[in-house]
Amino acid sequence: MRERTVLDVSSLPRFAFGHKGLVWWGTTGFMVIEGSMFVMALIVYFYLRLKVDEWPPSLANPGITFATINLVLVLFSCIPNALAKKAAEAFKLGAVRLWLVVLTLIGVANLVLRALEYTQLNTKWDDNAYGSIVWVLLSLHTIHVATDVVDSGVLTALMFIGPVTDRRFVDVSENSLYWYFIVAWWIPIYLTIYWAPRWL
Amino acid sequence: MDEMTLRRDLERTWYVPRGVVGWFAVVDHRTIGRRYLITAFAFFGIGGILAALMRLQLAFPENRLLGPDLYNQIFTMHGTVMMFLFAVPVMEALGVYLVPLMVGTRNIAFPRLNTFSYFVYLFGGVMVVVALLVNSAPDVGWFAYVPLSGPDYSPGKRADFWAQLITFTEVAALAIAVEIVTTVFKMRAPGMSLNRIPLFVWSMLVMSFMVIFAMPAVVLGSSFLLLDRLVGTHFYNPAEGGDSLLWQHLFWFFGHPEVYIIFVPGLGIVSAIIATFTQRPIFGYTAMVLSLVATGFIGFGLWVHHMFATGLPQLGLTYFTAASMIIAIPSGIQIFCWIASIWRGRPRLATPMLFVIGFIVIFVLGGLSGVTLAAVPFDLQVHDSYYVVAHFHYVLLGGAVFPLIGGIYFWFPKMTGRMMSERLGVLNFWTLFIGFNVTFFPMHILGFQGMPRRVYTYPPDVGWGAMNLLATAGALLLVAGGAVFVFNVVRSCIAGAVAGDDPWNGETLEWATSSPPPVFNFLHLPVVEGRHAMWNRSERPPLVIGLRSDSREVLVTDVMDAAPAHAYELPQPSIWPFLCAMVTSAFFLGSIFTAWALPIAIVPLAVTLIGWFWPKRPTRDLPVREAAMPTLREAEG
Repeated sequence: MRERTVLDVSSLPRFAFGHKGLVWWGTTGFMVIEGSMFVMALIVYFYLRLKVDEWPPSLANPGITFATINLVLVLFSCIPNALAKKAAEAFKLGAVRLWLVVLTLIGVANLVLRALEYTQLNTKWDDNAYGSIVWVLLSLHTIHVATDVVDSGVLTALMFIGPVTDRRFVDVSENSLYWYFIVAWWIPIYLTIYWAPRWL
Repeated sequence: MDEMTLRRDLERTWYVPRGVVGWFAVVDHRTIGRRYLITAFAFFGIGGILAALMRLQLAFPENRLLGPDLYNQIFTMHGTVMMFLFAVPVMEALGVYLVPLMVGTRNIAFPRLNTFSYFVYLFGGVMVVVALLVNSAPDVGWFAYVPLSGPDYSPGKRADFWAQLITFTEVAALAIAVEIVTTVFKMRAPGMSLNRIPLFVWSMLVMSFMVIFAMPAVVLGSSFLLLDRLVGTHFYNPAEGGDSLLWQHLFWFFGHPEVYIIFVPGLGIVSAIIATFTQRPIFGYTAMVLSLVATGFIGFGLWVHHMFATGLPQLGLTYFTAASMIIAIPSGIQIFCWIASIWRGRPRLATPMLFVIGFIVIFVLGGLSGVTLAAVPFDLQVHDSYYVVAHFHYVLLGGAVFPLIGGIYFWFPKMTGRMMSERLGVLNFWTLFIGFNVTFFPMHILGFQGMPRRVYTYPPDVGWGAMNLLATAGALLLVAGGAVFVFNVVRSCIAGAVAGDDPWNGETLEWATSSPPPVFNFLHLPVVEGRHAMWNRSERPPLVIGLRSDSREVLVTDVMDAAPAHAYELPQPSIWPFLCAMVTSAFFLGSIFTAWALPIAIVPLAVTLIGWFWPKRPTRDLPVREAAMPTLREAEG
């Protein structure tokens, strides 16, 4: 047989963290899509603001208590989130389990606070266009929080019952990335929903 | 391992499941791509029949073939089906089928998402066709302007079917966009650095990015419309602080890029065909790529030119006029590069090449009428007239459908292993080309004569009868052309000449494997040695070895240089994406009728998603966490 040039890839790793891996690209793709949706929803909010003189139109400002507690909580959650990501990338199963449980619980607390936030909006979706966009903004974000809580819960279960493989650690790392995305979007959405009526 | 064993192992590993359940569980990109193509062409047929009905109605003044209500449903469905169920999906279908082959990998990234996308698309399309059959099809035009489509002027559920169809098709399209971006950036064969990516693949990449940034706007917009109609929100209700023009902004921020989403892949097809049928590399590769990317960007700065007649501030309009004229520049660069390529080479006028020449003629005419429409005063004169109808059919059929049909003739041998009949192909081209121009050229004149679009009839004394009759005659020729195409496809599937691996001496990697490609695409993944993968290939080209044949491993490479980074196991066939698509579709359909659809759907949706992502068995992760970079070496083989 003749000699033939080959590229032997058998010794390469079978997974990769971050942007080297496919999961990151999928996650990032959906973050960009959902981010575009948030951007559009925020633009709609300010577009509608331009159409009327009074803001909120003949309604009280939304209450900020629960929303602000929620903001503090999600900002705080970045710490366990960073620890979970770091533990995953170091394949430390014990630490991953611990921080995933913490994160899931924080997520549940977020959702409980979110339910209370709705009671403080002082508007309903069918009051006027202001009420409509406020409900949509808050609900869009809530859907993301809920999705990530379910996702984290399932990942937590998987890390306890196995099989724990290298790729599960990649999933934990990307799940943390997605949580950062949700946290980051809460800041402008929080400012828009709760402070724009006071400032504009 | 010898080739026979390897082939057998790969066939077993990359099996396409059989049986009824298997049909729904397929995750193979060629199978899904083929289904997507066939489904999209079926919708093309439906949209074409609707168009023919409209032309028959308009053939004579005061014709009574279709009543006004049915006519409204038919023109709305024609536009909706053609844009959302044919043009975008058919281009994505080509991408799903061809991109993994052209970049030299075994499957598309996220194959289960691919399956999910197909079924969501299928269910959405079936929903709206059923709505038409039960006299509930949308009747508010393909861009469904409020207040006409709002709760006050469109009672009933017709407009809701339209709004939800948008959601179906956009979800499907977004999924594919993410798959294609990931496949192109991370799964290219070693050696296919960014500056060696085939132009067709570049066009798919640009299209995918446009989908990612454009479609969220319309998903949001159509959801607002649905909410206004279903639960009494006021997004588009001026009486309660909403705004009708908000709809137009949201729709056209998507709708204009949409035109380029349809047309950019057409450009990629044209480049692929011209290179092959002149047997020369396309002139000005870098300029071509930059033009594609520029089109992708500028395409987002044009949307207001659909809204020139809405009374927006004059100063703002001038910006959109300028942008609308600027976009002619990258298109012009590409046209000139193609002309240069044809000039330098020795074009072989086979059917695909005929369609490309037809494309250049028609598209240039459509581009010219586009430049005229970019001027506000002119636009105001012909707004909503048949001039606009003529313009966008020249651009869309010229820019997308002609390249597409040419592309089908070009890639049919790869997909089926058989050639399409060349004689029928030539007949096909001339019937379509003449039929197209006879149908749509008179519409320019009708527009000047003041005929508005979307009227179901007209009185005899306005003098539009002759041109309308001519257009209808052209439409019948188009129908005949479509029939020739279908006949040619069916006949060639059964009795076409056997094609062999590479009947055209193609440029790109899909021609390196057999026709149709095996389930694993390539026995050994190729190593790319130049920009024109097939033409730069050495006599015994280097190959990738060391991917496992007992699991669905693909090679992940880095974005810039496509240097091997790691191997990655893609998922097995699964029924869960189909189940998830069913639940998603039931949710979309249900939310036309009740807001309770959301809380009801959440649990089954979560269950199907968990089922989808639940690891099936201990994966075969190798315990390799640090590894040496592979290098080319000599081996027995």
